[in-house]
Amino acid sequence: MTIERILENMKSKFQPDKNGYYGQFGGAFIPELLYPNVKELEDNYIQILESEEFQEEYKSLLKDYVGRPSPLYLAERLSEKYGAFIYLKREDLNHTGAHKVNNTIGQVLVAKKLGKTKIIAETGAGQHGVATATVCALMGLECTVFMGEKDIERQAPNVARMKMLGAKVIPALSGSKTLKDATNEAIRYWIQNPETFYLIGSVVGPHPYPDMVARLQAVISEEIKWQLKEKTGKENPDTIIACVGGGSNAAGAFYHYMDDKEVELIAVEAGGLGVDSGESAATSQLGEVGIIHGSKTILMQDEYGQIVEPYSISAGLDYPGVGPLHAYLYDSKRATFLNATDKEALTAAYELTRIEGIIPALESAHALAVLPKIKFKKDQVVVVNLSGRGDKDLSTYIKHLEE
Amino acid sequence: MNSIQELFQKKDENLLSIYFTCGYPNLDDTTKVITELEKSGVDFIEVGLPYSDPLADGPTIQDSSQKALENGINLDLIFDQLKEVKGSNKTPLVLMGYLNQMLKYGEDKFCQKIVDCGIDTVILPDLPMIEFENHYKDLFEKYGITNVFLITPHTSEERIRKIDSYSKAFIYVVASASITGAKGDISNNQVTYFERIKSMNLQSNLIIGFGISDKQTFTTACNYANGTIIGSAFIKNLGKNGIDKIDDFIKPIIS
Ligand SMILES: Cc1ncc(COP(=O)(O)O)c(C=O)c1O
Repeated sequence: MTIERILENMKSKFQPDKNGYYGQFGGAFIPELLYPNVKELEDNYIQILESEEFQEEYKSLLKDYVGRPSPLYLAERLSEKYGAFIYLKREDLNHTGAHKVNNTIGQVLVAKKLGKTKIIAETGAGQHGVATATVCALMGLECTVFMGEKDIERQAPNVARMKMLGAKVIPALSGSKTLKDATNEAIRYWIQNPETFYLIGSVVGPHPYPDMVARLQAVISEEIKWQLKEKTGKENPDTIIACVGGGSNAAGAFYHYMDDKEVELIAVEAGGLGVDSGESAATSQLGEVGIIHGSKTILMQDEYGQIVEPYSISAGLDYPGVGPLHAYLYDSKRATFLNATDKEALTAAYELTRIEGIIPALESAHALAVLPKIKFKKDQVVVVNLSGRGDKDLSTYIKHLEE
Repeated sequence: MNSIQELFQKKDENLLSIYFTCGYPNLDDTTKVITELEKSGVDFIEVGLPYSDPLADGPTIQDSSQKALENGINLDLIFDQLKEVKGSNKTPLVLMGYLNQMLKYGEDKFCQKIVDCGIDTVILPDLPMIEFENHYKDLFEKYGITNVFLITPHTSEERIRKIDSYSKAFIYVVASASITGAKGDISNNQVTYFERIKSMNLQSNLIIGFGISDKQTFTTACNYANGTIIGSAFIKNLGKNGIDKIDDFIKPIIS
């Protein structure tokens, strides 16, 4: 660790400690079977991420392959409607259509440095699966993606893309057959195939994954800073809004602003049919401290610690936990947690499409859906992280077109 | 003294332990299964707490857990059931569950309850050593509870030595890099690994589990350890043939 790194760590309250804890949240609650894998990663990830060689390759791929920087777009008609300056961070314009690729490019380079040739991943909406299959095709690595059977049905275009990219898609048939179960299956496969590299798609899982993924998504807020400065003369917006499934796009959009208290951070969870309906994925509102996928965090569970099956129309937000960083942002009140129902998200998706000509991913539509709920002050500068595009959700959107 | 340690003083080879899932196949079967296992001559019993997301378990135990949860089993019912057999059952019980179950129930309350049930040994496959050292060691000591650690073919020697120093009941030797679930024969690679562990001359007793399923795998594994644990193969048999046939499953293995 360099001196600068140590000083930087001391400065921020929002970096994990040496055991991977953000306050009381985080850690690595893994069976002994996974200890060597996780330990290998823990011992090496910071050194790899900070090496010049990695940085050069990562940045060059983000620029020429992904198409970064992604634009920061002042959505004028949306701004007019809500009486604020609303900027959209256009992660939807990335290659493969979401923020997920920032992370997969980074992790696949880490995997290569560690000498791994087989990659596994879980996916909900299929965006992380596609982003993983893409970088594996690019690097010539074998790719296996676990996806809940229910999600395979509702995100069919992404399943087809993964297959075309040469990935093997294995349906997760257990539990709710969604993201949680895909992650369980990926972990079980990892236990049985310890030579593989598990490329996790969000800021979840055992330490060091949450920190590694947050660092790889941090490019989002790094860009927002200078883009906003160019446009407004100031690096800081008043407010940043992002949706939270596991929390990776939000972690990326918040990252360089977390210590800057004057920037309001708003995390939007999936309300499903309504927070109190019993069909929801608003983890911070419905959860309590618990352990899921190797991390102590906020978790939707019953009184005996059995994990409750969440519900959201959006496969990418249909997860009963949040990453430990977000649990800490919630617990410490650094971020405000709101939620949007299925219906509100659909309405917001149609609104953006009709007034800005941008079809957002259902996940991202949840972030947009809180705009009508916030009272903006005059000239408030707001950045909404538009985490992905809606191509994968067209069948859902069309189905609701008549409503 | 720890109940399993006491058992080892009386018998230290060819021990058979059976894992079963509480509340499976029916809600009230917990006590019956324990009684039948004791009658059949099993040396100690692993009492499985059904969990919604058992990461270290294969399809058989996932299914039995799900069925048990659908039957309406929960920790309070399990503790009631275990108290019922406390007086009559002489076979030591070991509790196996996932950490979140204890966390949510309340760590102290959980420990007190299992002690009340006459249990002093737990296996929590997702309790990592560092968390044990930082917190759970003291908690368990307060209640006289012993934690069983797992080792795998990939656990380093240094780590095994440390685990050995923490172990009071036994070390759970996971037979291969695998989740639970019955497999075929024991491979040469596995034998090499068992020999390596055996030759380390650890102070702890060794029990091999994961993938032990029948007389043959039981006998082979017992050459390298004090005994073995059978789980999925037993559950499968229980699901198919019922409680009445438990003896028919156990006898051929230990005879
Ligand atoms: C477009 C998009 N946004 C957001 C998410 C949610 O993930 P996270 O909370 O990690 O950003 C997903 C996940 O699939 C996604 O595809």
